[in-house]
Amino acid sequence: MSGSITARITLPEQAHRGEVVPIRVLVRHPMDRGIDAPGLRPVPRRILHSFRVTYAGEEVFRMDLSPGIAANPYVEFTTVAVETGDLVFEWIEDGGAVYRREARLVVA
Amino acid sequence: MIGRPAAALLACAALGTLAAASEIRPSRDFLSPELRAQQDDPSRHPGWLWVEEGEALWRRGEASCQSCHGDIAGMAGVAARYPAVAADGVLLNLEGRIERCRTQHQAQRAFGYESEPLLSLTAAVALRSRGMPVSVAVDGPAAPFVEAGRRFYETRQGQLNLACTQCHDENAGRRLRGDVISNGLGTGYPAYRLEWNALGSLHRRLRACSLGVRATQFDFGSPEYLALELYLASRANGLPIEAPGLRR
Amino acid sequence: MNAVRRRALLAVPVAAAVARDVAAQPAVEEDFAAAERAILAGRTPVAGGIAIDMPQLSENGNSVDLAIKVESAMTATDHVTAIHILAEKNPVPRVARFALSPRAGRAEVATRIRLATTQTILVLAETSTGQVHRASRDVIVILGACVDGG
Ligand code: HEC
Ligand code: HEC
Repeated sequence: MSGSITARITLPEQAHRGEVVPIRVLVRHPMDRGIDAPGLRPVPRRILHSFRVTYAGEEVFRMDLSPGIAANPYVEFTTVAVETGDLVFEWIEDGGAVYRREARLVVA
Repeated sequence: MIGRPAAALLACAALGTLAAASEIRPSRDFLSPELRAQQDDPSRHPGWLWVEEGEALWRRGEASCQSCHGDIAGMAGVAARYPAVAADGVLLNLEGRIERCRTQHQAQRAFGYESEPLLSLTAAVALRSRGMPVSVAVDGPAAPFVEAGRRFYETRQGQLNLACTQCHDENAGRRLRGDVISNGLGTGYPAYRLEWNALGSLHRRLRACSLGVRATQFDFGSPEYLALELYLASRANGLPIEAPGLRR
Repeated sequence: MNAVRRRALLAVPVAAAVARDVAAQPAVEEDFAAAERAILAGRTPVAGGIAIDMPQLSENGNSVDLAIKVESAMTATDHVTAIHILAEKNPVPRVARFALSPRAGRAEVATRIRLATTQTILVLAETSTGQVHRASRDVIVILGACVDGG
């Protein structure tokens, strides 16, 4: 299963080869922590538990998320501009759903 | 939630009556430097997730908003003029105006106040006025609504017997429960509140303030809050639209 | 000051109070210590080499900005392989783990975390040479968001 998800990915449109490029990612998700306490209606946990980024086919970043990550998760990391290619952003949700987004980085 | 009103009570007791109101300042002036910087930075502002959805909705379907209005860029300056009185005498805020297009021009069922699509569209349309000065009409057919809003704003209400003005004018700039009290404007709405973990409308925020003084919470889109919204906008005339805002 | 503290306490939502009773204090602390031990896996951490950028006073525990910079050349032979964020008093102490490679160029990450209450944030950074760097920061949470969660 692979679906679309609202995300805002910010990276420069162009970079020089070898440049360290900052990447910022916001993704729409409630990150439901689940409730399992006496007197409260139990709610199952439903979070994005992993986030993986490949660039030109190779994994360049990975994050394991817990319920301690804020709703609508924000993450910032860097990558070295190696060649013009697609960055593929992939989130996996509890239950196995996979969400994917892409962004192109042009390297001069 | 039981703790909240009691907390407000204690806090308000500590406020007392202080310096008189001075000029009305933009809401952003009262934000912490961190929040203000994030409000200005789309790459870090979660409210932009709703903007993205709103812009997609604008283009979606056969009788899309775009099919009549063209690119959403054409909405520049529109949010600054709302709430406004329509030709039939009804006071409409931006949400109400969009719902009218939905029901009358698109012949669809209303989205519903505080629904995701309405919040998203409102945010996307309001963004096009970001930075522009509020310029609502206060005369002619708007005058009685402004007056009703002003009365609401200045009347003591709720178990705490407080008027909006006592906090938002007399105590603006002071701290209350970890907040810095602003001039209580609507220029940042819809806004993403960390407390909500989501985007919400001005009326949702007003309901929170009503609850804070243990007064009646009016419905989303109620005549009371619409008139109040117009009065708040009249106070903000000339100040910049900040939507989508970022609040704690 | 007194009034402020009482307000903060009163403002804790009911659900939070319930959850707090459930999450017995020693268990939470043991989890946190155990989590650190598991990551260290017998290695002795080196203090420093990590800069943590986080407000000392969080405006809302629902979302606390946290940026981490680890000093590293990020070369093939000497780079940071993993950065861990642990929260001492969260129900789930392991908040996040980042996996990096030399392709990152710099060992710098940022995210937003949920904090149940005022506490210490611990950051561990593992390197390709087998070292573990350790740094911590205290953060005061003004209005406890929801203690029942993360
Ligand atoms: C069939 C054409 C049509 C469609 C579709 C339509 N509108 Fe409109 N819209 C209008 C007209 C005409 C007006 C001018 C006021 C009036 O007469 O109702 C208007 C007015 C507006 C205004 C106020 C503009 C101003 O300057 O005051 C906004 C905002 C707006 N529409 C938003 C939307 C949105 C959002 C959608 C999609 C959900 C939408 N409209 C779909 C025809 C349309
Ligand atoms: C006990 C003091 C108090 C009273 C009375 C009160 N408010 Fe507020 N209000 C606050 C605080 C504190 C905030 C959060 C800080 C801020 O944004 O001003 C707030 C926030 C707001 C905001 C959001 C501003 C923004 O930019 O996010 C609006 C609008 C508002 N109040 C309107 C009102 C109205 C209208 C009334 C009367 C019905 C009212 N308030 C009564 C204390 C009060």
